Amino acid sequence: MIEVRELRREFKVATSKGLRRNYKTVTAVDGVTFDVRAGEAVGYVGPNGAGKSTTIKMLTGILVPTSGHLVVGGVDPSKQRRDLARRIGVVFGQRSQLWWDLPLKDSFDLLRSIYRVSAQDYRARLDECVELLGLQETLLTPVRQLSLGQRMRGEITAALLHAPELLVLDEPTIGLDLESKERLREFLADINTRRGTTLLLTTHDLDDIERLCPRLMVIDHGRVLADGPLDELRAEVTPDRELVIDLREPGPAPDVPGVTAVRSEANGLRHHLTFRRAETTAAQLITRVVRQVEVHDLAVVEPEIDDVIRKLYQRQLDQDVRR
Amino acid sequence: MLAGMTANVVFGLLRVAILAAALKAANGEIADYDIAATNTYVWIGQGLLGFVLLWGTNELAERVRSGDVVVDLYRPWHLQSAMLAQDVGRGGFAFLTRLAPPMVFGMLLFPFQFPPSPVRWPLFLVSAVVALVVSFACRFLIDASAFWLLDNRGLYGFWNVTSGLLCGLTVPVSFFPEWARDVLWMTPFPALMQAPIDIFLGHGDPLRILLYQVFWAVALLLAGHLVLRRAVRKVVVQGG
Repeated sequence: MIEVRELRREFKVATSKGLRRNYKTVTAVDGVTFDVRAGEAVGYVGPNGAGKSTTIKMLTGILVPTSGHLVVGGVDPSKQRRDLARRIGVVFGQRSQLWWDLPLKDSFDLLRSIYRVSAQDYRARLDECVELLGLQETLLTPVRQLSLGQRMRGEITAALLHAPELLVLDEPTIGLDLESKERLREFLADINTRRGTTLLLTTHDLDDIERLCPRLMVIDHGRVLADGPLDELRAEVTPDRELVIDLREPGPAPDVPGVTAVRSEANGLRHHLTFRRAETTAAQLITRVVRQVEVHDLAVVEPEIDDVIRKLYQRQLDQDVRR
Repeated sequence: MLAGMTANVVFGLLRVAILAAALKAANGEIADYDIAATNTYVWIGQGLLGFVLLWGTNELAERVRSGDVVVDLYRPWHLQSAMLAQDVGRGGFAFLTRLAPPMVFGMLLFPFQFPPSPVRWPLFLVSAVVALVVSFACRFLIDASAFWLLDNRGLYGFWNVTSGLLCGLTVPVSFFPEWARDVLWMTPFPALMQAPIDIFLGHGDPLRILLYQVFWAVALLLAGHLVLRRAVRKVVVQGG
């Protein structure tokens, strides 16, 4: 669906000092390479200014790459922008493609004409989205009076009316409350599995990735730092896991082989035992622990996805320093 | 809408009063304008002002500034054509609410000079529509300058100040000295307003005037198309 090779994009940025004006070249995307197969759901994460949005603007044909090879859905986006636009959907969390003063329904009608969707298809797709996203009551409300959550559901519907093969979402859950986020994620997961729509989403909310994207791409300073299934990245970057035990009676932490670090809290009622996933399994550890102390409750904790990404950035930073 | 109409008519009355005083001082006729022609000129001008939308909204420039223009750019359409279609649609509504009312008002209450032959009525309408297209094309170019200037309010303000004077809104182009008149008719400005008025009043050869307007409509639309294409290739899209 998407084929990206050594993609680069530079910008000239003006640096003014008094009346003199100089330009320096900033590389927003610096040799990015990846593939996305049809039907995949890929999370594209990175800190602000990492090059995410620039990549997306190139994928949708709005920006022309400085160099590199780029094919989306079999075409070169910037050369066949209009053909491509008919086949992909884009949602920018911080922008709106709805008409501010028109009722939601009128925006949808206009988009139907712009994308030349047949009346039948339009009805069916609109009904489906309205039902799944619970938009019945807001269809006749002008967009300016919608809440952010309602508007985002409207935006997603708007992007799906022409049944795109690929849906690109740039921070779709930004600013939403937990319930609205959950509802959107559920809907997107459904679209991905049932319709086979390819998803590519950027986000700062890592729960989005956890819930939606089996595959994660991490980008920083215009380069891909990591690309793979979330589980693998976790194992690779953070070799440690944690066993949390709650004891019946307060006491010292059990001393068992395989544990590399211990942190205790609640006056010795709870202990966090860190162990290496490659050397010890959770089952082995638990067996050893319960032989020594009376355990009330226990849990195996995977590192948070934030930790994984922070470690990835750190690793890259270390490499850069060494270079 | 009603407020707009009222303001439009009140300004029309002011302009009629000023120009009538000028005519009186000049013994009843300036260039080819007597009192009836002057009244007609004012009321058509008041109507055309809202119809061709000489002073637009600068909306695209704002969207370039904020970066919202990405939304306009990824749609499967030619942005300029889409905006033109929108403007022509707006014109259809403005015909009923902006063009017709002041003209009818002038016809009923003031000495009015009707076209010398009935064929000039449809020609006037065609010319007014072409004027709208020329106006759109100019506004689009000013809007698109925001791709480079980022803040085009200076240019926009300059247009707002000068276009009214140069297109024949403030005074008829034929009030200018001869050399200025000749220069102006080589620019697109009279195509915005003076052209349809001349066709209505029977000044000049209507077909030549129409041809002149169509030339500028095509040339400016083409320029806008090229500018947009270049903008999309070269220019930064604002914001994350």
